[in-house]
Amino acid sequence: MKAKIVVMPKKAVLDPQGKTVQNALAHMGYTGIGAVHVGKYLEIELAGADKEAARRQIDEACHKILSNPVIEDYRFEIE
Amino acid sequence: MNFAVLQFPGSNCDQDVVHVLRNVLGHSADLLWHKEPSLGAAEAVIVPGGFSYGDYLRTGAIARFSPVMEAVQRFAAEGGLVLGICNGFQILCEAGLLPGALIRNRSLQFRCEHVFLKTATTDSPFTNRIPSDKLLRLPIAHGEGCYFADEETLARLKANNQVLWRYVDARGEATEAANPNGSLDDIAGICNEKRNVAGLMPHPERASEPILGCADGRLILESMIHALAGKQEAEAV
Repeated sequence: MKAKIVVMPKKAVLDPQGKTVQNALAHMGYTGIGAVHVGKYLEIELAGADKEAARRQIDEACHKILSNPVIEDYRFEIE
Repeated sequence: MNFAVLQFPGSNCDQDVVHVLRNVLGHSADLLWHKEPSLGAAEAVIVPGGFSYGDYLRTGAIARFSPVMEAVQRFAAEGGLVLGICNGFQILCEAGLLPGALIRNRSLQFRCEHVFLKTATTDSPFTNRIPSDKLLRLPIAHGEGCYFADEETLARLKANNQVLWRYVDARGEATEAANPNGSLDDIAGICNEKRNVAGLMPHPERASEPILGCADGRLILESMIHALAGKQEAEAV
């Protein structure tokens, strides 16, 4: 199995990186570009076949270390 | 006094802190490798600056789970004095020992320069020796020093007098230009509610001797020493 995790800055948190990418896209002539948010994507390879147990474990890991709940939200899927 | 100075893979201000504590202030300081499960006879802990674990994942995120940090958690819970400098501040926030988080500088630039700080309160073990009207001139060197906390946390910090230092200009005025990283409320350093754990982005250890151009940083370390001496006196009575 594999966990695919996306970590994004919370809406209320300043995202200067996203803003800079947005400005760069506009400068390059791309039109209709709205707000850009830059986050992280992680893939974790998992041994075993118990999807529910894997889900619990990944959720805990996301909360404890893979994201910082003060500034980030996360979502994941197990495949 | 006995200080423990933590050392993670990637710490790079540890030796500077030890130098100032030992050779400038005349106290005992031991380096503690991140795998140490105990703080030994330490009476205070300094979490120094650097790039622990290469800043991988988030600044301070991995260091916070090292064995020595478990010992720091217990030490802090018992009221022990802990100061985090720069990356040390980031680690203490990640560890939940201080509220909020430090994120990418608003400018996206790594800022390496001298700043001025106004001490917001002298009522803490980290500021008690700082004259209340004195501006501190200290160096910063960080890419992720923008202090962030949600509104509720920020309101609590202010209500409890937990903001210790704010960025100001040379005249002591808070201006947008004087804030080097976009920190909320110009916050450069804070303490916890119990006032025994503090963190700041500027580097007091790099400005503790006149030969370095400025010795204002001493006042912060001397405040800790003063607080520890007071504590020992109280315990001896």
